[in-house]
Amino acid sequence: MSEAAAIETHGHEAVQVDQLETSLTPDNSGKLGMWVFLAGDAMTFGAAIAAYGALRIGNPNWPSPAAYLGITTTAVMTFILICSSVTMVEALSGIQHGNMSKYKNFMALTVLGGVLFLGMQAFEWHHLLGEKGMSIKRDLFDATFFILTGFHGCHVFGGVVYNSVLFIRGATGKLTPARSGLVEIAGLYWHFVDLVWILIFTFIYLI
Amino acid sequence: MTTQAAVSASPVHAEHHETNYIAVFIYLSILTAVELGVYAMSLPQILRVGLLVALAWAKAVIVAMYFMHLAMEKRALWMIAMTPVVLVTFLCFMLLPDLTTRMWTHFDHKIKVPVSGEAVGPPAAQVPPGASGS
Repeated sequence: MSEAAAIETHGHEAVQVDQLETSLTPDNSGKLGMWVFLAGDAMTFGAAIAAYGALRIGNPNWPSPAAYLGITTTAVMTFILICSSVTMVEALSGIQHGNMSKYKNFMALTVLGGVLFLGMQAFEWHHLLGEKGMSIKRDLFDATFFILTGFHGCHVFGGVVYNSVLFIRGATGKLTPARSGLVEIAGLYWHFVDLVWILIFTFIYLI
Repeated sequence: MTTQAAVSASPVHAEHHETNYIAVFIYLSILTAVELGVYAMSLPQILRVGLLVALAWAKAVIVAMYFMHLAMEKRALWMIAMTPVVLVTFLCFMLLPDLTTRMWTHFDHKIKVPVSGEAVGPPAAQVPPGASGS
């Protein structure tokens, strides 16, 4: 109580004393919110991947992923997602430097990357459900595959909508370089989706 | 408006742009190519899995550090980023007892298993159909 009073009376010194209270992201507090959300989201993915690992290790009859899952399409999808992460940082760099045309071009490419990813995933699922006869009801191999890649695909869809909104706001002049922090926050989400795909690609397809 | 623009051009932001994103992209592409190479090679299973997991984590760390700017943020933000990693590691250890005891199932006869006819649980629950009339 006396400390609180001291902070109020000695203005400048209080700032020095109060170091522990400064935000983790002083330039943009929304970033902190996104990081907290991503930590929770990472826990969801982590739990799902751990459950997949436990089911797979515990089952000696688990099929080899190579028997069902081709990696040509997914390797291209991985590459597209990495490229769209690069276009996202370039879009952010554009708006931070006040270069709105660079922002719009690279943001459009980022959205395009997400759409391409989703299109290829739809193509892959169509192939697996049709020719390969996979089904979420068939066995745990199929169920874990569709749940993990499907949950990730929902995240990509969410990211495409998120980035599209920011692109449109930039194109219509509602988003200005002064609010580039919003793009940085969207970038965190988009790179996280890329990061999760890197892990899913390895754990589901390659191993 | 002008002051805000000036803030966004401050050294804090300029520091972010020192990252060479094309170099990061090339590293990620090379690591992906190496992963596909490991996938194609016929290595012992343990080495194969170890290499693939290590490469995947290396890529994930690069994305977090440079694309998500974690390398340039305050150190304390790491605590938030590391929380799910630590918790999922604990989760994996919590799943281990189940996985490592699966092969014990053929010792189950040592545990007292109720033999048919022996009274288990609520006795009135399993009355033979014929006995219900008397």
